[in-house]
Amino acid sequence: MPYIPHSDADRAAMLAAIGVRSMDELFGDVPEHVRFPELDLPAALSEMEGRWELEVLAEANFNAGSGPCFLGAGAYRHFVPAVVDAVVRRGEFYTAYTPYQPEVSQGTLQAIFEYQTMICNLTGMEVSNASHYDGATATAEAVITAISVHRLKRRKVVMSPSVYPEYRAVVRTYTQGMGLSVVGDEPAGPGAHDSAGWASASTLKELIDDDTACVIVQYPDFLGRIEDLSELAAAAHAARALLVVVADPIALGLLKPPGAFGADIVVGEGQGLGAGLSFGGPYLGFFATRQKYVRKMAGRLVGQTVDAEGERGFVLTLTTREQHIRRERATSNICTNQGLVVLAAAVYMAALGKCGMRRVAELCYHRAHYAQQQIGQIEGFSVVGDAPFFKEFVVRCPRPVAEINDYLLNEWGIIGGYDLGRDYAALKNHMLVCVTEMNPREDIDMLVEALQEVAL
Amino acid sequence: MKLDSDARYAKSHEWARWDGEEIVCGITDHAQESLSDVVYVELPEEGDSFEKGDGFGVVESVKAASDVYLPMGGEITGVNEALEDKPELVNQDPYGDGWMIRFAPSDPSEFDALMDTEAYEAFVAEEEG
Repeated sequence: MPYIPHSDADRAAMLAAIGVRSMDELFGDVPEHVRFPELDLPAALSEMEGRWELEVLAEANFNAGSGPCFLGAGAYRHFVPAVVDAVVRRGEFYTAYTPYQPEVSQGTLQAIFEYQTMICNLTGMEVSNASHYDGATATAEAVITAISVHRLKRRKVVMSPSVYPEYRAVVRTYTQGMGLSVVGDEPAGPGAHDSAGWASASTLKELIDDDTACVIVQYPDFLGRIEDLSELAAAAHAARALLVVVADPIALGLLKPPGAFGADIVVGEGQGLGAGLSFGGPYLGFFATRQKYVRKMAGRLVGQTVDAEGERGFVLTLTTREQHIRRERATSNICTNQGLVVLAAAVYMAALGKCGMRRVAELCYHRAHYAQQQIGQIEGFSVVGDAPFFKEFVVRCPRPVAEINDYLLNEWGIIGGYDLGRDYAALKNHMLVCVTEMNPREDIDMLVEALQEVAL
Repeated sequence: MKLDSDARYAKSHEWARWDGEEIVCGITDHAQESLSDVVYVELPEEGDSFEKGDGFGVVESVKAASDVYLPMGGEITGVNEALEDKPELVNQDPYGDGWMIRFAPSDPSEFDALMDTEAYEAFVAEEEG
């Protein structure tokens, strides 16, 4: 939708129509003494000086692109092709917002429709919404959808401890006051981790009963592991609980899609699909489910239809689900979507295609396995467990992870992996190492060399 | 405005009619006209129990989502599954094929407290007025 500014003549006509003499008079209700308060700010800088000052500040940062990066744990350094920015920065997309008027938003609506379609292809599901803020809130919305599907009669949520810690916290925050009990991820629960026995998601089966609205697992899990979830799916379905799978969209370029092994709702973080790390956001929560749950799904939904002349067109559809019509009976308060990040993801998926996404996933997989093998040979470090994994794996370290990471950063300019001791008491001195297609072999060899020094 | 002479009416525009020992219930012609094209009806499950006045479902049309309320208390014994695929039955035949639920009333005398066709007609006229 183009920006059409007002001319002075337009403004004068409008003022005259409402009987106001000047723009200032419109602010008449604001007391004089607060209209232009004194602000204790330094003198204005020129554009050149301002930019100079910001550049100096920026140079003090060491960001993920400044050196080899092996940090993942929910936000990942994946390649963003130039074509993504080229499309996303177009003014028609960059400034457009809510596509409620289909007659002026066909471009935006079509892009979202294509995104929805590709997410369904990737996850093996039947319908996708136009996105949520991020993977964490999408997971919380999945819980709310499951509760709604069960007409509020079931109050229990079974959640794996190897779902991202922040996601589990957000699920609890989101559902507080709803009278739900969220179980399964307690430190001493059946799914708990300890450095000897690594609980798999299947141990959650014993917690499922007929008060369970949904079971939530992550694929690959927070520790990078891939597990066959079909038994868990069967157990959930036997109790008529929904299976919610939090999935890594990059991994789905290689792995069996959750829709193929019984997922009822697939959610996750779409940041890896064409959005940079950006210090934490904006990110992208995707949400896909089965057609039969579409009316319980939150978020915007773009549908394909024909106009009065029989031409194909796109519109926001099933809008009676949304809070501005259903109000307190809506499934969720969310009535927005991450339009620009959705567009980036759509461009990424279209540009790479099925083969490209498989190639990216293969690179992540093979490089991570190479790294694990090399690190496992360093004296003092050991790989943990023998479960299949995708792009992240756990390493037991001879010293605290924080110390190792300080050394890596200060002496080698390497960003080390995630300190699992922060979230799991049993995993102190365990590091979660992430390797993506953006870590060439040289990076990995450098990390190995650096870690060899650490062990000494 | 169409009316069913065997039915009685609630102020929230639902109708109720005896069928044997059970009550059949739906929304009135006036209601379906105000809503315009119905696209979805959310119905309760058999065995659900409600008090008089409780919301038992939602009617979604192209322009609104409206709660529907039980004109009498009771336990649901049947729902109109045809509405799943053909919600437009509510518009086409609100007192016949567009019925929504059947229930066993907990207090049959609540039927008499509902408006008869004349009273309902007058009520609607006044609401519009």
